[in-house]
Amino acid sequence: MPETKILYNPGHTACGGCGQAIAARLVIEAAGEKTIVVNNTGCLEVFTTKYPETAWGVPFIHSLFENAGAVASGVESALKFLGKKEGINVIAQAGDGGTADIGLQALSGMWERGHDILSVCYDNEAYMNTGIQRSGLTPFDTNTTTSPSGRESFGNPKMKKPVPEIARAHGIPYVATASVAFTRDMQNKVKKAVSIKGPKYLQIHVPCPLGWRHEGAATVTVARAAVETGLYPIFEYVNGELAAVQKIKPKPVEEYLKLQGRFKHILKSPEQIKKIQDIADNNIKKYGLKLEA
Amino acid sequence: MFGPLVSKPKSSRKNKTGSWRIDVKPKFLQKNCIACNMCVQICPENCISGKEKNSYKSDPDFCKGCGLCAFICPKKDIEMVPEGEK
Amino acid sequence: MKKFVEGSYAVAEAVKLCRPGVISAYPITPQTHIVEGLAQFVADGELKAEFVNVESEHSAASTVLGAVATGVRAFTSSSSQGLLLMAEVIFNIAGMRLPLVLACANRAVSAPINIWNDQQDVMTIRDSGWILLFAENIQEVIDLHIQAYRISEDHSIMLPVMVNLDGYILTHGLEVADMPTQEQVDKFLPAYKPLYKLDVNDPMTLGSLAMPEHYMETRIAIQKTLETALELIPKVSSDFKKAFGRECGGLVEAYKIEDAKQVIVAMGSVVGSIKETVDELRSQGKKVGVLKLITYRPFPKEAILNGLKNIPEIAVVDKSISLGSNSPLYTDLTSAFIGQTKIPKISGFVLGLGGRDITKDSIKQVFDKLSGKQVDCEFIDAKKELLEEEYAGN
Repeated sequence: MPETKILYNPGHTACGGCGQAIAARLVIEAAGEKTIVVNNTGCLEVFTTKYPETAWGVPFIHSLFENAGAVASGVESALKFLGKKEGINVIAQAGDGGTADIGLQALSGMWERGHDILSVCYDNEAYMNTGIQRSGLTPFDTNTTTSPSGRESFGNPKMKKPVPEIARAHGIPYVATASVAFTRDMQNKVKKAVSIKGPKYLQIHVPCPLGWRHEGAATVTVARAAVETGLYPIFEYVNGELAAVQKIKPKPVEEYLKLQGRFKHILKSPEQIKKIQDIADNNIKKYGLKLEA
Repeated sequence: MFGPLVSKPKSSRKNKTGSWRIDVKPKFLQKNCIACNMCVQICPENCISGKEKNSYKSDPDFCKGCGLCAFICPKKDIEMVPEGEK
Repeated sequence: MKKFVEGSYAVAEAVKLCRPGVISAYPITPQTHIVEGLAQFVADGELKAEFVNVESEHSAASTVLGAVATGVRAFTSSSSQGLLLMAEVIFNIAGMRLPLVLACANRAVSAPINIWNDQQDVMTIRDSGWILLFAENIQEVIDLHIQAYRISEDHSIMLPVMVNLDGYILTHGLEVADMPTQEQVDKFLPAYKPLYKLDVNDPMTLGSLAMPEHYMETRIAIQKTLETALELIPKVSSDFKKAFGRECGGLVEAYKIEDAKQVIVAMGSVVGSIKETVDELRSQGKKVGVLKLITYRPFPKEAILNGLKNIPEIAVVDKSISLGSNSPLYTDLTSAFIGQTKIPKISGFVLGLGGRDITKDSIKQVFDKLSGKQVDCEFIDAKKELLEEEYAGN
């Protein structure tokens, strides 16, 4: 491939083994060179665009932490005004904080107005760029710096905010989750999404070796375990209806928790593990994840 | 300096992140490779290239030594070896 | 064509003539008629534009940022709380060197909540690198918007411009004004030609992280550009005069100051009232005048020093206050005189906060007090009885 056509170049400063770095590249390669990327502040933007270097081979704009949804709305509106929207993809992407917390308003407005934009969430389950602080997508009982485990705490006391459900409630035509453990599925979902007119939402589970406390080489193992325990259900909503799920032979949640230092503090607590198993079981029931014989 | 800070494609290639490697680097045995492309897919640096079987290799200028390629290869045709090894 | 028009609708029409391609709209009193007027033009097919009903002012500013970054002329409008909410985007747009015009209907800032006019809102973003223009009357409101796009999109500038119009006084006031024709505006204002944009045929990255090695020069660059603007703004004003046949715009306007002993320096619609008071006092033999600032940022230091040459007593009338210090215009003006051999008496007065009426009597008070002891920050027409009230909590 001639170097100019590489849409995501090496030389970026992500940690070795970064799940988000893998996903971000595969997303843009699936979307293709006729794509404009709007990115919120976060790890991805910081490690790919430290001036004067950029890893991006497509047009890319970073504005602020919470406004990718709105900036992308402006980009898409401008393309529509110019009569150039056809054949050009617009992606508004952010981490979990920039999507579910500070960026939710702009995304909600964008979804409600029906812009032809794919919003992507790289879900590493905390504010990683600022040092592993708890976000709305941090799972139950996770040890983060602002939800630390301690003598009187098992970590984050709240569940993940169900952003895919929120997206679906907006009535947008395509909502899906994906994982960096299943790269072909992730890329297929990107290709499918950009072929649909209207707002789309794709939430991708991306392990963070630094924040989750595991080796860089374990990124795929960890991501796979999240899916195989039912803790990260992989599904698609097409026009609001559950269209496809990744069926699993459910593994007990310990198989996932023991791989990561961020859950080390609950491994000796059967009560907490049971609570997390309940979450997995609820997901399995809700999305029909269990592979029947 | 006038205007916003604008950077152009390919410019990140000036930053040779291969210098980040400390312990290990990938060795592409090029023996049992089936050209499944999984190593290319999974590399966070996008520094692995190859086309036919047994033609894959990583770019030492950029490889950070994370080991994901060795992990993912279904034929175990990639090994993580000590950095000093030839 | 002369029409009897409400200020907000005049903004909408003037902006329509400038042919923006993307308009983002979020309502806030007293700017609402501006976005409503534009919505009607689009709905009637009189203006071909994408009209985006955003969900907050932060998104309103972000949407036009994205649109301009994609190479399309854009417009939005806000006021008070909305301007404060979009403040980080305001800094972002200037820092990214994107041309834009924003109409600010100046209004007091909460708390307490107050929807009437003063200029505290724009003062909060005066450090952002935006060019700040102030309109005295509805004709200026129209003309400054047209000039604003010319200034903003000039390749030697590429900075956003805010046109300030006093809330209610200008937004809801009705005056006879001349509305230019589309042909006139098209000739004066060519299509936007971006220097940089998001284009799949020529990809680039905008909004990079700047390390300490690079950040400072970006700020110095904006500072230098604003110096360039001090020269360009009068040029655009004189081009405007050639095209439309009337004086408008520029840095300052001097009114009866040639032989004045006392001059008020002020911005916005209050200048109209000051001019009338000046006329009345002049008829009584008093040598007074007013120096109107049309451009507040970049601060037109040389033009002001020139205008106020040999004036012994200067009063600053400001509709805003930097709490804990003096009014912003007073601070800027007094610092302009540092290093001058002759420094006049300069007194600072704050009037009209929260929409309190400024009458001819208020202005006469200013001239009277200017004759007395120098003051840094005196509030005119303050209600003593309210200030003397104690807190009645138990």
